[in-house]
Formats: sequence, structure tokens, C-alpha cells
Amino acid sequence: MDKNKIIIYDVSLRDGSHAISHQLSIEQISKYAKAAEKAKLYAIEVGHGNGLGASSLLVGKSKLSDEIMLKTAKENLVNTKLGTHVIPGFATINNNINRAIDIGVDIFRVASHSTEADTTQRHISYIRDKGKEVYGLLMSAHMTNADILLEEAIKMQAYGAEAIVILDSAGSMLPHDVKKRVELLSKNLKVPVGFHGHNNLGLAVSNSIVALDSGAKILDASIKGFGAGAGNTQLEVLVGLLTKYNYETSIDLYGVLNLASLADKLLLKEAITISSLSIVSGLSKVFSGFSKHIQRISIKYDVDPRDVFFELGRQKVIAGQEDKIIDVAIKLSKAKGK
Amino acid sequence: MQKLKVCILGTGNIGTDLLIKTLRSKYIECTLFAGRNLNSKGMSKALSLGIQLSDKGIKAIIENPDCCDLVFDATSASSHFEHAPILKKLGKIAIDMTPAKIGSFSIPSVNIDDSIKHKNLNMITCGGQASIPMAYAISQVVNNIKYIEVVSTISSKSAGPGTRINIDEYIETTQKALAEFSKCENVKTILNLNPALPSIDMHTTIYVQTDTPDMEAVKKSVDLMLEKIREYVPEYDIIVGPEYDNRIIVLTARVRGMGDYLPKYAGNLDIINCAAIAVAEEFAKNRNKG
Repeated sequence: MDKNKIIIYDVSLRDGSHAISHQLSIEQISKYAKAAEKAKLYAIEVGHGNGLGASSLLVGKSKLSDEIMLKTAKENLVNTKLGTHVIPGFATINNNINRAIDIGVDIFRVASHSTEADTTQRHISYIRDKGKEVYGLLMSAHMTNADILLEEAIKMQAYGAEAIVILDSAGSMLPHDVKKRVELLSKNLKVPVGFHGHNNLGLAVSNSIVALDSGAKILDASIKGFGAGAGNTQLEVLVGLLTKYNYETSIDLYGVLNLASLADKLLLKEAITISSLSIVSGLSKVFSGFSKHIQRISIKYDVDPRDVFFELGRQKVIAGQEDKIIDVAIKLSKAKGK
Repeated sequence: MQKLKVCILGTGNIGTDLLIKTLRSKYIECTLFAGRNLNSKGMSKALSLGIQLSDKGIKAIIENPDCCDLVFDATSASSHFEHAPILKKLGKIAIDMTPAKIGSFSIPSVNIDDSIKHKNLNMITCGGQASIPMAYAISQVVNNIKYIEVVSTISSKSAGPGTRINIDEYIETTQKALAEFSKCENVKTILNLNPALPSIDMHTTIYVQTDTPDMEAVKKSVDLMLEKIREYVPEYDIIVGPEYDNRIIVLTARVRGMGDYLPKYAGNLDIINCAAIAVAEEFAKNRNKG
């Protein structure tokens, strides 16, 4: 790989699903996919915010099935690859992965919490055996240290992952946290390393640049930041900025700027901003995807959503434990009544 | 009264914890603890307790078929596929702790009377033992259930390599049993592993989507079930609900174990073992009656 050549991986239609409670429509997917193709994006990821098989009462039901979302995207793509997010524990090979392979998904990104890589062994090996591109993703990489993260990344590499992406799922990492982790992984892995930022503390774009300088070859980004909580690394800003750093991405600048204008009308019910609650999510280190659930439940139990976030952070809850929100809200509500 | 003689196959965490539980039982006794390696931690524990040991695995039963009436198979699904026909031929009752799913599903608080009519029982999964009784209790008093979902979170430390590599089987087995017991075809299972230290207790949340349930009846049915479960899992608690909101009944249970061989937070491992012991004891009681 060329030293300055990097991959920008568009997660808008997957992470962005969190921002609209997983209500993506066929029109949104098809129009966005067409424009992404025109902008010469490397890949777009499509689906429920928590990936294949995740439509549930726990994290929210999707408007469309995984199959319809993936098929719709695939029909509108030629050169731009189609990606999907897979979390073992939600998705299984028989129920979900095989169907996605049949539909023609090109890139499978198999994710686990940052310390639980061995739950991905079967899935990564299986997808690799099927001849599909497969990445290993370590979610909430802020919740463990660099050395453990490397051990987990090495496991995924051994299972067959062709790249390892670390996720700052609560947008809580400081630049030096990113540097330390990405540097260590880039030095010790044979496969490329990627970084997935969130903007809770306003650092998503700058942390992504730090990641590049530390050896990352893949950056996740989202159009207009369209993603969970305060959103992701803003795609069109990143692409523009990278031209100043002399990195090559193959993305067409005007194309991606057009994509941003399209997204304004097509995807964003409201602009993605750093809300007060997103700041608290970043500070409490709790996954941004919890925001909407916490807002709703806090109103019901008449508690301060910020208190809920901090208490969940104290309990070190991880993505997938959204059922804990009610428990915490009830306890806070009772404490308040006393 | 003569105790029912049981053999434990597999000397890992599950097998060793089962052994400790048999020591307390008035109805069953462990007459053989068989595995592959006499130096394993479980074997050392059994040795210190004066239990008959063997490193020949199932061969130990084949060579001495009178040693037991019932076998807990705590090996692996692939091993149980080999063991099941052998145990059947020898006329032994098999209680399968693996996800092999050869036998019929057993949950003591739900179908113990039916369970003892079978010769091979499958204990489903830890999440299944924790959630299905409650889903069943709700399904008994609610019509028109559209969908049931169960989400379990267990501590990372309580999930051994077997659980991790078999996470798909966990989901499929739990879903299959959930559908069978609740008579609702539209079901989903989710599993999380949480690495927080100190380790967290097992939690299970059950969501039941339905219109206009009689929540008084639901609460009554859930309370009755809670009593039944506590007969064999004393520290099973309901910490949220049952509540009805947004057309969904939600209930969260916390499962703490007995802290026998495994730590108390590993309620997931404890509940499946407690369930297996409860069924074995029922076989013993029934035999004494007959």
C-alpha cells in the first residue's frame, strides 16, 4: 500500500441509523448510495446502528429488514463497496451472515467489546473462508489500555481479520489516548489499523488526524457527522482536510460536498450537534447510542438524564446493556423521592 | 433412603460445581467423577473431597456400568453426540449440560413432571434457564403475544472459551427453547459479555410485546414463578418490573449464584447447575416413590 494512500470508510447509513432510531427508508438508502458512487467513495456501510440482526426492543427496531437495506444499497452500487457491521451476540452466521453474503455484501466488519475479541473467532474465520473482506472491530476502545487492546487485536488478526479498527464509541478519547493505541497497534500488527471517532468532546476530526499520524490507514467517517450521539468524524470535512495533508483517498471532493448537501435534505431530520447530553456521554465514557434511550426513560421516571449517564458510566456498562437504563433510572428516582 | 447414584462427566468449572452441589443433596450422591486429566483443578478438588475419580471419561462408565444411574454430561456438544447413544444403551439417564440439543429441553420450574419421563434431557443455556421461566409465566396469562425478546448480560470472567466460541449456538438454542416454551414463534435472544471488575452479577431482561395485558395477572403469575425458581436458585431476584410501557411488558432479573465452586457473580453458571441438580433429585424422589 502506498504510504500516503488511505481508506475512508463511510459509516453514515449505519452509525447514522442511531440518530434516526433506525428508521432508514428505501429512498434514503438508494439515493445516498447513488451519490456515494458518484463521489467515488471506497465503501459505504448500511444497516441498523448495532449491525446485522440487531433490530430489537433492546436497542430499537429497524424500519426495514437487514435484507431490504442491504439489497437496496447493493442495487445502486458499482465500484463503491458495500459494508456491514456484525456483533456476535446479536448476529449469528446462520441467521444473518449467510444472507448478507448471498446479497453480495463486500466487507464484513465483525465487532466485539474491546476486551472480548474471542467472541468473533468463528465469524471472522467463516467470512474469510467465504472469500469476503473481513475486518475486526474493537468497540469502546477507550475502556481498556493499549496493551490489552493489542492482545485482542492480535487475536482478531489470527482469526483472519484483514484490518483492525478501534472505535472511540463514546467520543471520550483524548488525542494522546488515540496516539498511544494506534501507534502500538500499527507497529505490532501485520494488517492495517483503522480509527472510528465520535465527536462528543469536539475531537473526532482532530483525533482522526492524530490516528493517521500514528500509523492508521483506515478512517471511519460519516456525512455531516450523521451518527450516534454527537455524531462521527465528519466525512466532507475530513476529505477536504486530507487534501491539505497530501493524503490520497480517491474520493472526489465535489462529489463528497454534493453528498453533504444531499444528506441535509435526505437524511438529517435535525443537524447533528454536540448536545449537552452528548458531552456527558463523552465524559461518562458511555456509548453514544444510549442517548436517545436515556432521554426517553429519564422523562418517564423524572430523573436527570445526566445523572443516568454518569451512574451507567460508574457501572461500566457496555453497548448492548441498554436494559440497564431503566434499572438505573428507577434507583435514581427512588433516591430522589427520599 | 438410598440416594440415586450419579456420575459427572467433565471436570471443568461446570462439572466441579455440580459435584459440590451433590454433596449437599439428600437425594443424589456422586459415585464417579470422570474426565481426561487427573491433574486438573477440578480433579484435585474432587480428590480432596474423597470422591471416586477416573481419567478414562465415558469408558469408566462402560467398564463399570453399575457405578451410577444418572450421568451429568458437562463435556462439550461434540462429545455428547458420542456419549448419548452409549448412555442410552447402558440405560442411564443423561442430563446434558452442553448445547447438543439431543434430548428434550428441561426447566425444572416449568416442566419437571414431564422431564422425568425422558431419558435424555438438555438443560438449554444459562440465559435460557434464567429467562424462559419468566417468559413462560407471562405467556400463561397473556393472549396475543406478538414477540418475545431476552437479553442476558454475564460477566466476562464467567464466560469460558466454550461459551465464547459457541456464542451462535447459545443464541440458537435459547431462541429455540424460548419459542417452544412460550408458544410464540417470533422470538429473539441477545447476549452481552461485560468485562467490568469487580465482576457484575448476571442480568436477564425479558420483553414481551402484547396489547392490553392484565398486569395484575401477569404480576401474580411472575410472583408464583419466582417462588418456584427460588426453590433451587435462592438468589434469583426481579429488580425491574414487570412493567407495561409502550405496548411492552418488561422485567429484569438478577441472578446470583450459591458461590459453591464458582463465584457468586457467576449466576449464569450456577442457575444451569442448580436446574440440573433439581431435575436429578426429582428422578431420585420419583424412583423412591415407585
